[in-house]
Amino acid sequence: MGQVVVETNNLTKTYDGFTAVDGLNLRIEEGEIFGFLGPNGAGKTTTILMLLGLTEPSSGTAQVCGHNPTREPLKVKRIVGYLPERVGFYEDLTARQNLRYTAELNNLPKEEVEQKITDLLATVGLSEVADQQVSTFSRGMKQRLGIADIQIKEPKLAFLDEPTTGIDPEGIDEIIKLIVSMAKRKVTVIFCSHQLHQVQKICTRVGILAKGHLVADGSIDRLGGKTTGGGRYRIEAEVAQASPELVTSIQRVNGVLAVEPSGNSLLISCDKDLRGQIAKAIVDSDSLLVGMKIEEYSLERIYKKYSREA
Amino acid sequence: MYAVFRKELADHLASRRFAILFMLVFLAAILAIYVAIQSIRSVVTPTTEFVFLKMFTTSGETLPSFPFFISLFIPIIGIALGFDTINTERASGNLSRLLSQPIYRDSVINGKFLAGLAVMSTMIVTVIAIVAGLGLRIIGVPPSSEETLRLIVFAIVTIVYGAFWMALAALFSVFFNRAATSMLASIALWIFFFFFMSMIAGAIANVQAPLGSSPTAEEMIRNYGIQGTLGRISPCTLYGEATTALLTPELGSLNAALMVLSTFTSGRMVTPLPFNQSLLLIWPQVVSLVALAAICFGVSYVKFMTEEIRSI
Repeated sequence: MGQVVVETNNLTKTYDGFTAVDGLNLRIEEGEIFGFLGPNGAGKTTTILMLLGLTEPSSGTAQVCGHNPTREPLKVKRIVGYLPERVGFYEDLTARQNLRYTAELNNLPKEEVEQKITDLLATVGLSEVADQQVSTFSRGMKQRLGIADIQIKEPKLAFLDEPTTGIDPEGIDEIIKLIVSMAKRKVTVIFCSHQLHQVQKICTRVGILAKGHLVADGSIDRLGGKTTGGGRYRIEAEVAQASPELVTSIQRVNGVLAVEPSGNSLLISCDKDLRGQIAKAIVDSDSLLVGMKIEEYSLERIYKKYSREA
Repeated sequence: MYAVFRKELADHLASRRFAILFMLVFLAAILAIYVAIQSIRSVVTPTTEFVFLKMFTTSGETLPSFPFFISLFIPIIGIALGFDTINTERASGNLSRLLSQPIYRDSVINGKFLAGLAVMSTMIVTVIAIVAGLGLRIIGVPPSSEETLRLIVFAIVTIVYGAFWMALAALFSVFFNRAATSMLASIALWIFFFFFMSMIAGAIANVQAPLGSSPTAEEMIRNYGIQGTLGRISPCTLYGEATTALLTPELGSLNAALMVLSTFTSGRMVTPLPFNQSLLLIWPQVVSLVALAAICFGVSYVKFMTEEIRSI
């Protein structure tokens, strides 16, 4: 159990009668990469803005590293990096000048700053364009500069709001790599994205927000298990007739977690690919196997399931 | 706040906008000197007291005087420095990044406004110094201490006037999301005050106190009184009156009605007002300008501070 970095208690935000975030209870521990998912307009950004102290909650409380963002916004902002969606920089300044300005706003000691900027620009692969105006940068370069920008202050916690939107696949990979490397340096990352495939790869835990409610919260394994009936895979076996005896005999197969008949099909949940063993069990019990499909749970499935339910 | 101020100042000084504005002002200064050299001999008589000030106020046959140039350019400079204070930051995606840094929110607007003010003050002081310096060299009459004081106050009043336009433009930049809208709104207001306000004041005065074919002094005083009062709604008029009183001490009063009266009475006072009396005379105008600037800045400050940062 790590230290709790973010904790919200019935956090609610209402804009002129419209509830953007409704009674949110979130708990994020140190060192996590938390995937914060949900359809557009579900209240993800509003939640982040409240955690940063940029927006006041209508009710409920939030704690970021033990500080209340509404009462002590500066303390929170000193240790939290925020990469907004569609981040912008001063276009007529160079990458280096932009980072220098951020360092100045954070009151960092001048002697260390230059070296740190050089290092960070190298990390995000912008060393060669460090002294070019940001107006010449592509979307992906700006996002990478944004990732450098939030690391200047060496945050404990980073909010990344859709850092991969509108970027080509290679650019996305680079950004994902940077996020992972940031997490390795003990930065807790809260990461909003619609790139579910990428989220699944790197996030230790996800929370799905829909219409202001947290509809799912947990590790991908746990949530995925729920969509497939407990295991990592779901095998759908179509048989001539799904008799109760057949169900029992499949249940006896080593590794099968659950079997659920549905019409002429059996939905089998398991942690390994047991198609061979299951086929054998079906044939051994004198039933006819018509077809078999295997599905691994994916975040996409989880996401669709929960956002539809909401 | 210091970091914001420094960055904005550096931005201004390096910007094309600044270069263009400075050229404009520089041109005005050169023109003013040119006008002064051309016609100063005809206006200065051996009894003229404030020769040095005359250099600032003399207008040629076709070219207007230095205060006129300044009153024309200062609003433009103020608007140009203020119209995109906040909305460009927002549109470019810089605002939320900026506000997530550990600075107070008002540092952003204060720093930006002060940087604009510093740039404008530099411009104004520079241009007055250029005119004064060149003038000194050309006409060879050094300014008296009173003239120097008057010029300093003139510079201060001009800065306040510019600050008003900058605050107004900043106000629009907080309210309108697009920089083009806020600029147009500021310019529209300036055109209204600069060109139309006096016409409207005149029209209302003519309705309220019509002038016959041969108006009596009483009628004229009433008419001009109404016109003067209404005209003072416009900050342009306020500034115009303040500078006139400062730079032409011979003018005894700003009251249009009184001035009319003095043309009727043959013994018009030609004794120039002492400095402190001139100050007293322009005090209401200056206070109004300061108040207008403070109101504009105050409203934009409050709006910016209380505004919710929203995800759009």
